[in-house]
Amino acid sequence: MYPKDYRFSKDHEWVRVEGDTATIGITDFAQKQLGDVVYVELPAVGKALEVHQTIGVVESVKAVSDVYSPVSGEVIAVNEDLNNSPETLNHDPHGQGWIIRLRLKNKADL
Amino acid sequence: MNPEPLIFELSAATKKGFALPKLDVPEKKNALEGLAVREAIPGFPQVSEIEVVRHFTRLSQLNFSIDTSFYPLGSCTMKYNPKINEKVAALPDFSGSHPYAPQGLIQGNLEVMKTLEEFLAEITGMDAVTLQPSAGAHGELVGMMLIRACLEARGDPRKIVLIPDSAHGTNPSSAHICGYAVHEVKSNDRGTIDLDSLDGEMTGDVAALMVTNPNTLGVFEWDILKICETVHARGGLVYMDGANMNALVGKFRPGDMGIDVIHLNLHKTFSTPHGGGGPGCGPVGVKKHLEAFLPLPIIERGPSGYSLNFGRPKSIGRVRSFFGNFLVMVRALAYIHTLGAAGLKEVAEVAVLNSNYIRKSLEGIYYLKYASPTLHECVFSDKLQSEHGILNIDIAKRLIDYGLHPPTMSFPLIVHGALMIEPTETESRRDLDRFIEAMKTIAREAVETPDLLKSAPHFSPVKRLDETAAARNPVLRWEEPKE
Amino acid sequence: MSYISLSDPDRKEMLARIGASSLDDLFCCIPEEIRLKKELRLPQPLTEPELLAHFESVGRGNKQNAYLSFLGAGAYRHHIPYVVDYLSSRGEFISPYTPYQPEVSQGTLQIIFEYQTLICQLTGLEISNASLYEGASAAAEAVLMAGRLKGKPKVLVAGSLHPQYREVIRTYVRNLGIQVEEVDYDVRGQVDVEVLRKKIDGETSAVMCQSPNFLGVVEDLDRLAEIAHQHQALFEVIVAEAASLGILQAPGAAGADIVAGEGQSFGLPLSFGGPYLGFMACRKEYSRQFPGRIAGQTKDTEGKRGFVLTLSTREQHIRREKATSNICTNQALCALRATIFLETLGREGMRELAYQNIQKAGYALDKLAGVTGVRRKFGGPFFNEFVLEFEGGYKKVEDHLLANGIIGGLALAPYYPGLKDCALFCITEVHSKADIDRLAGLVAEVKR
Repeated sequence: MYPKDYRFSKDHEWVRVEGDTATIGITDFAQKQLGDVVYVELPAVGKALEVHQTIGVVESVKAVSDVYSPVSGEVIAVNEDLNNSPETLNHDPHGQGWIIRLRLKNKADL
Repeated sequence: MNPEPLIFELSAATKKGFALPKLDVPEKKNALEGLAVREAIPGFPQVSEIEVVRHFTRLSQLNFSIDTSFYPLGSCTMKYNPKINEKVAALPDFSGSHPYAPQGLIQGNLEVMKTLEEFLAEITGMDAVTLQPSAGAHGELVGMMLIRACLEARGDPRKIVLIPDSAHGTNPSSAHICGYAVHEVKSNDRGTIDLDSLDGEMTGDVAALMVTNPNTLGVFEWDILKICETVHARGGLVYMDGANMNALVGKFRPGDMGIDVIHLNLHKTFSTPHGGGGPGCGPVGVKKHLEAFLPLPIIERGPSGYSLNFGRPKSIGRVRSFFGNFLVMVRALAYIHTLGAAGLKEVAEVAVLNSNYIRKSLEGIYYLKYASPTLHECVFSDKLQSEHGILNIDIAKRLIDYGLHPPTMSFPLIVHGALMIEPTETESRRDLDRFIEAMKTIAREAVETPDLLKSAPHFSPVKRLDETAAARNPVLRWEEPKE
Repeated sequence: MSYISLSDPDRKEMLARIGASSLDDLFCCIPEEIRLKKELRLPQPLTEPELLAHFESVGRGNKQNAYLSFLGAGAYRHHIPYVVDYLSSRGEFISPYTPYQPEVSQGTLQIIFEYQTLICQLTGLEISNASLYEGASAAAEAVLMAGRLKGKPKVLVAGSLHPQYREVIRTYVRNLGIQVEEVDYDVRGQVDVEVLRKKIDGETSAVMCQSPNFLGVVEDLDRLAEIAHQHQALFEVIVAEAASLGILQAPGAAGADIVAGEGQSFGLPLSFGGPYLGFMACRKEYSRQFPGRIAGQTKDTEGKRGFVLTLSTREQHIRREKATSNICTNQALCALRATIFLETLGREGMRELAYQNIQKAGYALDKLAGVTGVRRKFGGPFFNEFVLEFEGGYKKVEDHLLANGIIGGLALAPYYPGLKDCALFCITEVHSKADIDRLAGLVAEVKR
């Protein structure tokens, strides 16, 4: 259920590292807690993030959750698909439901 | 049964619902010159009077209300709204008065407001009251502004407000709008403010503690004197959210507990109608040291009558236009006149009696997280029923099938799956017993026929509504169908 | 009088079930030192007949109802169809609370949805909320919203915005680091465009004006919108006399991004200033920063149309300190009255009502400006209010009118030092030709 090459933060985010690119999302546990996701607030491409800085916000009908960056880096891509289909975060939180990709600043953050 | 059409779906050209008297001044043909004028508003309704009357009468029949059903919404104090107060508020001398009329011509209104201020000061044990805030949350904002002004005047502004984890969402929201950072104070295992947590959080940078008493669990903060002492000793002020005043009226006064600022909800404790979501009125009472900062104007009584004082240089200013929700004040004043001191005391006593009767009857059947004594409301949770896959929402929706409005759900946040029950003092034994029986039946159904609950409500104008779809693809108005 | 429904046997049995020997037992958890030892000092309770007599007597202390009034300035007297009172007094509307359980609140929710639609139609914008408290705090919420959307510290507010609205805006922004700068009016009574051009810059989140403004003058909305947008600022229009929307150009169509204001003209009595009805509408793309409750359409499990409160994650009960506003209880019953009013008057009725206001105000102005020593102060277009300047001062006129049973226009000296001999007169469809002629006749009697 939980992919093997992923790292997990205590705030229920996951990170998958390929080279110096990190893909970040929220875990299956987190999406279950939230319930049906209705909206995802994504950051701008190019934004610089520090460890534990807020990436964006995930909203369900009855709850709202900040998403924190487990690593530092620069946002190189955001999952635009979530704008039209926020429910992807519920169906496939570890795959299609990725939120952002970062160019890693400091591998030691892991 | 078909849903009630939207008025726009009934609309058609040339139907009219109201006729204005004919224009009696000579009509100037060029009167609209120089004005940017609109075309006829596309899609704006055109219906007849009977269509309006049927539409709204039928819509009213889709609502549960206090006038038809037991309505135990915790923290909202859904007590009976006395009808005579409607008649009093509709007296033309009150409802027809213009807020800019010369002071000499609206002495009756000023008397109403001044008298209500004095009554509320007496009831809360505070020194001065403003009636300007339009609702509880508005009162909280004013309270925060008063505290801020007071501390700034002392040269010690401070940046933080402490709020218990059990607090209503308007508390941190109001503090934030006032420019404060919010820090949380934890509740202990008895459901009250943890004194160690408070001690740790209460630094010289904390402007105030916002406390609700009794709190959102219905539990009285029995350490309130110590709590106020701790905050005062380190130079802070104590704000009380008075939403739960129904448990205290006539028997205890926040002013005697060390509270510096309090807001009240006239649409809760003082019986003014909830109106489907307002209008309310959120008066704020203060101790002497905060009086100079109250919003303007101040109403004064003198030898030659009542007057408005705009000359308080330290005032925080205005928080809304004119005087506040005046006709709501009239109703609250009528209520206080009707009950008197003994009647108000009885309100608190019976509110607490009714709530404890329900609590005793449901203990063991529903999970009660905190064993502490409760006053006018109690908070159960869905913990026992969740073992069968039933959540608080399913219990709530099934109550509808029994003709009962559900309690408040999922609040306070410190009780997972909460059901906050506040019957109020105006309920009869028969209605309390009906509620208790329904809750017991539902607890059995949760074990024996859980699907019945999961698919509830069955006997309401609409079945369970899809809130996810509403938030994912918001449709927030009717649109004219495209040709 | 008591509204308690328990009999004495009920109380005894209930106490027994609880295991308490008296009501006082139930309060045992409260420290003795804070118990009230004596009764509150309040007057003896009144029965219903006494209550009514008492308030009728207090009400008689209001002499103003016997006067013919020409006051406006943010509170307007209009005809209110009787069905508004009749329908809004139903217990099923008055006594529920916020529709947290939508399945049994479809009446309230559908009405909010219709109300939101009507406000969108009137303002020319795409989304509306279920109401705010009243016009001044609605204007303040609009300022706060612009700050959240643009992230810039400055807001330019017309000096001709209602004085109380400007005061409330200042109270709200004081602790939030938002700077409010005022832009003067010109000789026509409209926002001075030259001054606006000088003050607007890259730090401005919004330009806000009122139309018709406090001086009664209708603003050139298209021009102001253009200037605001050229500088990436939002254009916000405040409407205090909502009846004007029945005939004047929709602010949204003129380029307003946010429209807010006072809906009291939609079927609410003067009420000595409250409860009133704040309204607000904005463009769809700003929805997540929009304050207030919002109703949305959806379906139930059987596919039937229904309505729910939605986009709740903006609100205080979920977002807490990060909410778009702290508003919880709003003005729902007032919005209901407005909905009944607007649907009863309908498209043609709203236009006719607005048209009569323009005609009667025009007639009144001609008669009053025809009096020697009286002139209209500003030349800009108007709806149902205008400012008159009185040679020799307004006080004599005001007193003469009062002595003859008339409350004249609002003296402007307390609000604008440059307008010390001026007053703001309001004429609506409720004023008859005879009323207006009487006013003009009395004004003409005053020696100058």
